[in-house]
Amino acid sequence: MSQQTAAQAPAKTASATKDKIVVRDLEFYYGQTHALKNVSLGLQEGQVTAFIGPSGCGKSTLLRVLNRMYDLYPGQRAEGEVLLDGEDILSKNLDINLLRSRVGMVFQKPTPFPMTIYDNIAFGIRLYEKLRKSEMDDRVESALKRSALWGEVKDKLNASGLSLSGGQQQRLCIARTVAIKPEVILFDEPCSALDPISTAKIEELIDELAGDYTIAIVTHNMQQAARVSHYTAFMYLGELVEFNETKTVFTAPRDKRTQDYVTGRFG
Amino acid sequence: MVDHTVKSYDKELDTLERRIAEMGGIAEKMVIEAMDALANADATLAQQVITTDSRLDALQREIEDLAVMTIALRQPVAIDLRELIGAIRVTGDLERIGDLAKNIAKRAVKISGEARVPRAIVGLRHMNEVATELLKDVLDAYAQRDVERARDVWARDVDLDALEDSIFRDLLTHMMEDPRNISFCAHLLFCSKNIERIGDHATNIAETVVYVATGETLPAERPHGGEDVGYDLEGLHDESSA
Repeated sequence: MSQQTAAQAPAKTASATKDKIVVRDLEFYYGQTHALKNVSLGLQEGQVTAFIGPSGCGKSTLLRVLNRMYDLYPGQRAEGEVLLDGEDILSKNLDINLLRSRVGMVFQKPTPFPMTIYDNIAFGIRLYEKLRKSEMDDRVESALKRSALWGEVKDKLNASGLSLSGGQQQRLCIARTVAIKPEVILFDEPCSALDPISTAKIEELIDELAGDYTIAIVTHNMQQAARVSHYTAFMYLGELVEFNETKTVFTAPRDKRTQDYVTGRFG
Repeated sequence: MVDHTVKSYDKELDTLERRIAEMGGIAEKMVIEAMDALANADATLAQQVITTDSRLDALQREIEDLAVMTIALRQPVAIDLRELIGAIRVTGDLERIGDLAKNIAKRAVKISGEARVPRAIVGLRHMNEVATELLKDVLDAYAQRDVERARDVWARDVDLDALEDSIFRDLLTHMMEDPRNISFCAHLLFCSKNIERIGDHATNIAETVVYVATGETLPAERPHGGEDVGYDLEGLHDESSA
């Protein structure tokens, strides 16, 4: 009986309520500047969580904490807890390379490496795994398929990644991220440099990746947040003002500041 | 509420608000005048009510166009989206109320030459006053986004349902007393159904007010007054689509 129910229930919903990442009482400082104030929230496994808010509200900072990107800069520090599957990623003993293989990131501007399309994908895989040529070919192909780019580049895998259009370059970066099989993907304004059609393709891609990956996206485009995410966090002046299901945030937000922001009434 | 950063957005919402207020005023006046025409056998006034209805239809189209345009161009969310959805709903209810008032006015024209049963109209007049009061209150609640007042209207519609039942019995009595009353009273029976429907549209507006202001919906089932009298006049005779 129980086996039967388990077989019928889709795998996605079974894990839908589990938090992949839990942020607890997070404080963040850029030197003297207090950029995140007492932020606590959970990113549900297999779901897309969007972060919105005016410039300087701390949303990108929060994203940068989730894979310790801030480590690269002196004078920046985080306090509190960020748990990935229960393990504190702020811990000093953490293997940062391993963390970044589990938590991938896609940036605002497409950042392909100045090498072939094939090597753009293979490069990251080689850092973590030793594969035979045929296995590598399969991995590159599946990553490109996963990021909906395969059809457009399969005949020119040896062309430079830089020869692609902006939207294709961004999908190449997503393929590069997906290739190392991360568990979480962070998107920092992934479409702000793209035209509407490329933007729609990226959004469709995010939709397809959800379920298999836990996704966090920072965007200035509120409609994009509404379109792609399951949960939305509204941040303001370093604080998490409201964190709720996306449909609630965009139809009947609980906090007046959220309402003013999403409706375009921000003074 | 704080203004939008884009001022023309506020202007569009203001225009919408004013048009709905105008529709509300017209619908209210039509309901009152239709009953006056019926009670006083005033065919001229009844004819005026019938003519006014086209103004209401035109306003509804204007409001819907404006709301659709605003949705397309501004991609409203949260309170703004609820305002626009609310406007589309309320304008539909007001247009229907206008149709119902027009139906009453048409009957007023029809029976203005017939033998009358003055006693039979007393109850109907009272019922119409109750409906008008509901309509007035709900329009005020809408204008002020007053949730409490809207809930109050929503709950008070039972009074109208109960009145409809008692008028039904009253009219039956008149018809049994003297078969010559039947034609006149049958017309009044349809009018009472129209008034009851006006009350239903007022409660719809009340539900919309609550939704616009809070994002919440009232329970699907409203309390009902009176017993089921086992007839459905709407099924018998539907002239409201005219």
